Amino acid sequence: MIQTDICIIGAGPVGLFSVFEAGLLKLRCHVVDALPQVGGQLSEIYPKKPIYDIPGFPEVKAQELVDNLMEQIKPFNPTFTLGERLDTLEKTATGFQLKTSDGTEIDCKVVVIAGGLGCFEPRKPPIVDIAKFEGKGVHYMVKDPETFRDKNVILAGGGDSALDWTIELSKIAKKITLIHRNETFRGAPDSAEKVFDLAKEGKINLLLKSNLTSVSGNGKLNAVKVQGADKSELELEADYLIPLFGLSPKLGPIADWGLSIHKNQIEVNTTDYSTNIPGIYAIGDINTYPGKLKLILCGFHEGALMAQSAFKHIYPDKHLSFKYTTVNGIESF
Amino acid sequence: MITIKVQDYSGEIKEIQAPTDMNLSLMELLKANEYPVLATCGGMALCATCHVKVEEGFENLSESGDDELDMIDTLPNAEFNSRLACQLRLKDNMDGMLVRLAADEQDV
Repeated sequence: MIQTDICIIGAGPVGLFSVFEAGLLKLRCHVVDALPQVGGQLSEIYPKKPIYDIPGFPEVKAQELVDNLMEQIKPFNPTFTLGERLDTLEKTATGFQLKTSDGTEIDCKVVVIAGGLGCFEPRKPPIVDIAKFEGKGVHYMVKDPETFRDKNVILAGGGDSALDWTIELSKIAKKITLIHRNETFRGAPDSAEKVFDLAKEGKINLLLKSNLTSVSGNGKLNAVKVQGADKSELELEADYLIPLFGLSPKLGPIADWGLSIHKNQIEVNTTDYSTNIPGIYAIGDINTYPGKLKLILCGFHEGALMAQSAFKHIYPDKHLSFKYTTVNGIESF
Repeated sequence: MITIKVQDYSGEIKEIQAPTDMNLSLMELLKANEYPVLATCGGMALCATCHVKVEEGFENLSESGDDELDMIDTLPNAEFNSRLACQLRLKDNMDGMLVRLAADEQDV
């Protein structure tokens, strides 16, 4: 069991900088992120893109900002759990107990949600009853390719993952069908060419300008219907359907923690960015309040105010005198 | 000022007035008019919660960038006239355009 003062959910710039603000008040932090590396969307989505509105940096590349923040928080020795998603939160006598998807347990006094856009989850096609077959033939990702050995597999989508898995699974599946809405693929040209070659060689069944329309089966998936460009409908037998329509950001399990949520964002009190649950704060892109701007610099400000309030929450009887780093320097721990 | 026609999820079409001198995106205009557009990513073509189908005036729009095309390509309900409202800056040539809200049902 990991024990800490503050558990920060989200290792994006705002989560990282909160370690600094908490550290100045001698509060220890543990940071959890579902991604395998720190930096949030800056590192995951646009590491090389320049950011122009960080005070003091006329231009800074996203990854460079993350690297600098990691350097800045080093004196406060934060600990990390990466590649795991926080699933459950329980109130304890002294604070909260959190548990990740992989079973890691964290005991803390304060929870700070700096989850940004949320967790990226697979986008599901709008097909009636598809939810009934999830895990019973419908999979939104390929965890173990062996599942599909000698099976009749239908993939849908036109991006890189649809192309890559079509190529990979064609080596072991009994039959592969790829359904794609367009005539061309926007994925890597090499992979697209390979898929066209496999279709020519008769190794896969390629249905272009086609859309999934329905799924059926008795307890378990056994057929899907596909509509072609000419509106003709075709029924295909299937052991598995793998829709690969990319990822879309969702709030994830946080939505079930009893927090006050408006349009997928956590409502906070702008005095200290506290939520409706005492001891839980929300900062950065994941929160909402009148006048909210989704800017990194606003998240930094929110982190500073949050830390002051978190200190008072943890030590209600201790006096907190505000100090400048220029005067006092940084006391590491 | 230009006029943009917006069809919501119930099918109702309303006309809204839009300024073209404020560098606003169509997503920002829709949000300002209380349409159920989440715009989770804040306008970076990352979430597609501002997906619209341009039913009239599609041909007047500037072409989609790579980021936008990549994102649209992942949407199960995309069609030839799909655009991300966050990537459309309001301009005079959009006057009279009809857009239909088309975000994923779970995002509404």
